[in-house]
Amino acid sequence: MSNVLVVAEQSRGTLRKATLSALTAAREVARRTGGTVSALVLGSGAAAAAEELAAHGVAVRLADAPVLAHPLAEAHAPVVADAARVAGASWIVTAATAYGKDLLPRAAVALGAAVATEVLAVAGEGAEILLRRPMWAGNVIAEVELRGTVKAFSVRPTEFAPAARAPGGSVTPLPVSVDAASLRTRFVELQEVKSERPELTDARVVVAGGRGTRGDFGPLSGLADDLGAAVGASRAAVDAGWVPNDWQVGQTGKVVAPELYVAAGISGAIQHVAGMKGAKVIVAINKDADAPIFQIADYGLVADLFQAVPALRERLKAG
Amino acid sequence: MPLKLLVTVKRVEDPESRIRARPDGTGIVTDGVNYKMNPFDEIAVEEALRLKEKHGGEVVVASIGGAAAMVELRAALAMGADRGLLVRHDGALDPGVGSALLQALVAQERPDLVLLGKQAIDDDQNQTGQMLAARLGWPQATFASKKESLESEAEQKKQPGVVLAADGGRALVVREVDGGVETLDVALPAVVTVDLRLNKPRFASLPGIMKAKKKEVREIPAASLGVELAPAVVVRRLFDPPRRQAGVKVADVAELWTRLHAEAKVL
Repeated sequence: MSNVLVVAEQSRGTLRKATLSALTAAREVARRTGGTVSALVLGSGAAAAAEELAAHGVAVRLADAPVLAHPLAEAHAPVVADAARVAGASWIVTAATAYGKDLLPRAAVALGAAVATEVLAVAGEGAEILLRRPMWAGNVIAEVELRGTVKAFSVRPTEFAPAARAPGGSVTPLPVSVDAASLRTRFVELQEVKSERPELTDARVVVAGGRGTRGDFGPLSGLADDLGAAVGASRAAVDAGWVPNDWQVGQTGKVVAPELYVAAGISGAIQHVAGMKGAKVIVAINKDADAPIFQIADYGLVADLFQAVPALRERLKAG
Repeated sequence: MPLKLLVTVKRVEDPESRIRARPDGTGIVTDGVNYKMNPFDEIAVEEALRLKEKHGGEVVVASIGGAAAMVELRAALAMGADRGLLVRHDGALDPGVGSALLQALVAQERPDLVLLGKQAIDDDQNQTGQMLAARLGWPQATFASKKESLESEAEQKKQPGVVLAADGGRALVVREVDGGVETLDVALPAVVTVDLRLNKPRFASLPGIMKAKKKEVREIPAASLGVELAPAVVVRRLFDPPRRQAGVKVADVAELWTRLHAEAKVL
């Protein structure tokens, strides 16, 4: 059997959009191997997320129990393994988010599965599935084969279109046998970074700053407000403590693929470029005409961002 | 309570080196490529040294690879680690095999805490720590970080980010997740994988480098550890990603706006 199980991600009953990209990848595998796709939603009070996922035409098993309230890999991994057995799954697919990357390898050990991380494309021919994934910070793409009876991979959400709504889905409960008393991991707290702006990975426009901001993200935040954009940052800006760490765009931060990416005061280190080169249009604003960012930008402006960004805001207002 | 800390040290291509696929797709071009300790592992070594400085104990560094990996082990010993283990394995390695070999080392060394980089910057798999924790049945805290920035006073004081409970039986770990920072409380023994913003690794001092030469490094043939060594993740071919072409330089903001508006139609 070559059934495919999608491990969903939800928070307080809201389905994470990246799950729909994982569903698309799972369907690609199932189409090739002749299996069926089902999904697993884990949490406590997660029924709304399960219904939302089912509305995309997939049979969802809902593991809903207080012991799963927090996204602890130690608690969630055995449930993923149970669900894989119940579904007769030989493929497990999830999104390459912090949750997915934490959970999937742990669950894979219980299933004896090999894992590929951050898959960009499903390749190979016929029933032979090869997975394309970045190595060396995206400088090289590898085509990998996973061996064994059960295989698992996480997908980079920006590389797979989110699955569309479709009829035929369902939600059935999955009994949870994890004993809370046996857990050796306790959740203490989550300090959320609250923002009125769109999620970096979902935004149509991203405005990002680097060392060239010298810590002043004011102009960029203003431009982001004007454009309804998310604000991103290079590793240099995050390491300096100027902005929260979840603003980091790059191979080791968030990977984004917006329609428009404005890089201001960012030199364009390989690490950063790996996280944003999927953008449709890249604009670079930098004082240094030799900055590597200009080699990949569609439109480059050699200028001081503290003059250029306010001027661009003025021009936008003029229409 | 003194701690026993086991830290992984992987030899990888220097991130500053230019990496590209060989035209035949069988590997990468190694001409002119330098090697160094995986930067995430360097942060793990630093964290282990700070924990030892605070609580006492021993830092054991382990690598899996060919004889050349001795260079990176010596680098970790020069930073201050106490002794090294080199699991000699010349073939391809995947996280499944790597975590199984580390499990065998854990059985021998019985550490309180295993620290690993969250990923190695060659295969970028981000799996080995999680798989090791699963194999051992230990709790895991991945992507360990700090709430304070690397420029903060707390960082200047070189305090560890992992905070041990007074009885030494548990540890608080702050970790980077999507949308914020999470704190977990894990019972020891545990596996912790580290992210970029946990600390700034120290440089080895000259006396440190001299001392490192005399520190013990035990070589262990991988085949002696009773682990299946055939990888289940097999790279069939490597290729360079499509390159983005450089676009145009615009003269001023007015031209930039016109191009974005009329040409690219994104504004």
